[in-house]
Amino acid sequence: MEYFKKHYFLYLMLSPALILTLIFKYGPMYGAIIAFKDFSPIRGILGSEWVGLYNFEKFLSSPNFEVIFMNTLKLSFFGLILSFPVPILLALMLNQVRRAGVKKNIQLFLYAPNFISVVVVVGMLFIFLSPTGPINQLFSWITGEPVMFMSRPEYFRWIYILSDIWTGAGWASIIYVAALANVDPELHNAANLDGANLLQRIRHIDLPTIRPIMAIVFILAAGGIMSIGFEKAYLMQTATNLPTSEIIPTYVYKIGLQSGDYAYSAAVGLFNSIINVILLLTVNFTVKKLNEGEGLY
Amino acid sequence: MFVKHSRLDRFMLALNAAFLTLAVLIVILPLIYVVIASFMDPSVLLSQGISFRISDWSTEGYKMILTNPAMLRGFANAVFYASAFAVLTVMVSVCAGYALSDDRLKGKGFFMTLFLFTMFFGGGLVPTYLLVKNLGLLDTVWAVIIPGAVNVWNIILSRTFFKGVPNELKEASNVDGASEMRIFFSIVLPLSKPIIFVLALYAFVGQWNSYFDAMIYLDNPNLHPLQLVLRSILIQNQVDPGMISDQLAAAEMKRLSEIIKYAAIVVSSLPLIIMYPFFQKYFEKGVMVGSIK
Repeated sequence: MEYFKKHYFLYLMLSPALILTLIFKYGPMYGAIIAFKDFSPIRGILGSEWVGLYNFEKFLSSPNFEVIFMNTLKLSFFGLILSFPVPILLALMLNQVRRAGVKKNIQLFLYAPNFISVVVVVGMLFIFLSPTGPINQLFSWITGEPVMFMSRPEYFRWIYILSDIWTGAGWASIIYVAALANVDPELHNAANLDGANLLQRIRHIDLPTIRPIMAIVFILAAGGIMSIGFEKAYLMQTATNLPTSEIIPTYVYKIGLQSGDYAYSAAVGLFNSIINVILLLTVNFTVKKLNEGEGLY
Repeated sequence: MFVKHSRLDRFMLALNAAFLTLAVLIVILPLIYVVIASFMDPSVLLSQGISFRISDWSTEGYKMILTNPAMLRGFANAVFYASAFAVLTVMVSVCAGYALSDDRLKGKGFFMTLFLFTMFFGGGLVPTYLLVKNLGLLDTVWAVIIPGAVNVWNIILSRTFFKGVPNELKEASNVDGASEMRIFFSIVLPLSKPIIFVLALYAFVGQWNSYFDAMIYLDNPNLHPLQLVLRSILIQNQVDPGMISDQLAAAEMKRLSEIIKYAAIVVSSLPLIIMYPFFQKYFEKGVMVGSIK
């Protein structure tokens, strides 16, 4: 009591964040038990009947399951594989620019798309890739007829991933650029004297410097593999690209908030979160093994 | 800097410069295209694409956008949401970060775990929606501002910052008889401008660009932020009929809808694009502080 009287101020400072977290983060975790119930909004969370794993079985045995699950995995897996190296390459290239002013300006341009909203990015995609848009004007010269990029399922993943790289790669390179700036120039000079060429110096000096950061960025990205953005995929969906663009988050939104099937939707969402946590732990464990004990935890 | 560059090195550096130039072009050409297109005469743009004749230029798209009530209301709403959200987030995270940086706080590990856990696991969309609904926040501005106000990352960021504030400063004032509250408000807070600024900037930009919470929580179009208005113009192709006077034919609507889209993109992105070069170093600082565990 004496202690609390003396330090109540610290707890007072902590309380807004604590209360908001308990309500808006832990509240929904409690609410997620409707996934195990036949939820009726009238009877409430506690009053509804338990149905065990019924909603999960319903999802796993539904004909949609395999398609949606694989769409989610493929979109994020290919996204991770394709976008992970780009910021690293950009940083290594930027690091070779000797004049600070030039480097700053290049960075200014490369970071800019990060500040464009997802609505505008997708809006630009629709405009640029429309049958009469600028990209198709180029294509028409070559192939003679426009390509229906946004409505064809086979292009969805490419458009999604490449536009993600366009938006985020420059920004994602910041962290590597900063790490590379800490490399002692003497190391490069010495290696140069010993006859190491540029590529060898990058391989033996620059890359080892950023390896720990690469590991952390990779773990975080891989851990988020199932939680890829609802926001962009939903905006990019058209009636005809659904065979590849329907992913778990958009499905959860549609069945939950649009069709009102709350319990089933909550179960699908929970399934997604659990896979995500498992992935995060697995990747962290694996990278830790490979990376001499350097993991996230 | 280097003693000498071999021929291979010089070749590699030239290649490097070429690739970087290419990367910059890939990034900015689409943006330049949008800006030029937004100033085109709608009929010329539709029939022949971008042209560089002065007579083909027009500001018709901007007139449409800047006189469109939905767009203006969205703009005003976005300013309000982004500012209010930034203020709330900063207050909550700075206070929590300060408390968690103090070694005298008992149960620190427990509280940190409580916060960190929510970074990796959540209840999901539907339970969150039901909660907001049950709290009576649906269709109120609070639904957009409050649920996202606690951000674990921001708490970590400010905790890291406050750990860097020398303890002696606090102790000295303590000896002088200042209360805890006084120490925070008159000594620590004035030192915290950098972290407050960085967090506010991030929160503002994030909220300005987001549409999802508003989409699920707000039915009333009068409350819609800019991004939702943009979504109906850019993606759902719903150019507000009020935007174009009723007598005009559908063909005119189609003619103008393209140019309206380009102008809408420019107008909505302009505030951030203008402020971004000035604040670039703060944004970078935010990323750097965040990367320190």
